[in-house]
Amino acid sequence: MDTTTDPLTHVRALMARATGDEKHDESTTSTLDALWVLYDRVLRIDPAHPEAEDRDRFILSKGHGPASLYAILAAKGFFSPEWLDTFLDHDGRLGSHPDRMQVPGIEASTGSLGHGFPMAVGVAQALRAKGRPDTRVVVLTGDAELNEGSNWEAVMLAPNLRLGNLTWLIVDNHSSSWPMGPWDAWLPPFGWDVRVVDGHDHDALAAALGVRHAERPVAVIADIPEGEW
Amino acid sequence: MAAMREAFAAAAIDLLEGDERVAIVLADISETLLRRAIRHDPLRAVNVGIAEQTMVGVAAGFAMEGFHPIAHSLSPFMAERPYEQLKLDFGYQGLGGTFVGSGGSYDYAGEGATHHSPADASLMLAIPRMQVLVPGHGREVDQLLRAVVANGEPTYVRTSLATNDEPHDVAPGRLEVIRRGDGPTVVAFGPMLMRALEATAHLDATVVYATSLEPFDGPTLRELAGDAPDIVVVEPWYEGTAAAVITAVFADVAVRLRSIGVPRRFIHRYGTWQDLDASLGMDAKGIRARL
Repeated sequence: MDTTTDPLTHVRALMARATGDEKHDESTTSTLDALWVLYDRVLRIDPAHPEAEDRDRFILSKGHGPASLYAILAAKGFFSPEWLDTFLDHDGRLGSHPDRMQVPGIEASTGSLGHGFPMAVGVAQALRAKGRPDTRVVVLTGDAELNEGSNWEAVMLAPNLRLGNLTWLIVDNHSSSWPMGPWDAWLPPFGWDVRVVDGHDHDALAAALGVRHAERPVAVIADIPEGEW
Repeated sequence: MAAMREAFAAAAIDLLEGDERVAIVLADISETLLRRAIRHDPLRAVNVGIAEQTMVGVAAGFAMEGFHPIAHSLSPFMAERPYEQLKLDFGYQGLGGTFVGSGGSYDYAGEGATHHSPADASLMLAIPRMQVLVPGHGREVDQLLRAVVANGEPTYVRTSLATNDEPHDVAPGRLEVIRRGDGPTVVAFGPMLMRALEATAHLDATVVYATSLEPFDGPTLRELAGDAPDIVVVEPWYEGTAAAVITAVFADVAVRLRSIGVPRRFIHRYGTWQDLDASLGMDAKGIRARL
């Protein structure tokens, strides 16, 4: 990629300031493009008002490897980029799994896999109950995270609740110990509208993440081939 | 309305209908009892199917949006199966919710140990911020549920088929003195009150009634027990569960503490809960023999 026109050059520089969690490097770089598209082109957010009632909600269910999310939140102004220099520090606010009580813009404290998806279903249902069906909820899971059974409870539930305000973003970097998918065969029978895209293609990601139906949730699979993390 | 499960359902429906911030999340159990809530507002009253982890996760999602969620199942499927969701989604995330477990320790005795949960209270005590309440009568279920539903804290409410004959005026963190004497101080939790009174009738004992394990009314117990505390706990869950709470009350004095509760072993017998009470020494006769 041409770094002179790469919109992520600044974000990558910010990510480089959050050191010490190298075991999750592949996990965090795998999500970088999709997260950037979400925060730059899809989500309705106001960094000055991270708890604004009309904001869209994003939940990183796959809580590990959050450096890309932290860097994007800092780039967008949710908190000072200087926070990245304190990543994993005793006195810092940024851990290797995000804490909603510490970090502006973090909706859910995740890290134990299989929790964020059911919570996202609850948030989406609660928004409908509040009369806000147009407020979107996007939840990101990894492919290996989907080994956890609790996710599949949510996979089955969301279409039955007709959660048209929910988008499930799977960043499939092929890290599962056994192959997952094919998603476009697995997920439609549960009731999901499934879109498989190149996980590095910003326009394709933006188009897929922009799809909404009145009463049907959308699953967007951002495919990241092995070795292209 | 002595039956606790029905009393819970009636109170939950009333709360949902009266406060648009209340939500109910079920995992099939008691769906019939709470069908009126689902009909009243199917967006705020949701049955997620047999999926207890997601029941608690969805309830947390409601709490994240400012609702006061009530989740409910049989006690092993409320306190044990989704334990990590209670710990993280509610405890760690600083959210409030009410979790109502039905079935006591072994109410559905014929179902076997898969449906028992005498460890529920000790598990809940291990989650920081979690309140643990144990009503002894249906009216107390109603009273306690209304007291905690919107207080912003996570609360486990343990209901059972066993009840006391009469309700008491109860509140979280309150002990009630039932009988005063010069002998030991008996702390009877929830549905154990009547049998504890019967079992200790021959003693010149003070008997106090507790429906709140966490928060616990330590100052009242301390005052009643005096400088040489001789405490007998009669508890409906694993014996020794309340010991951690009660010994903390007497950190600066020597205390004699006896715990009478469910023996710590798996149960491989069936019958009724009354049969198990008798075989485990949990009825009045058994409690007296274990004193």
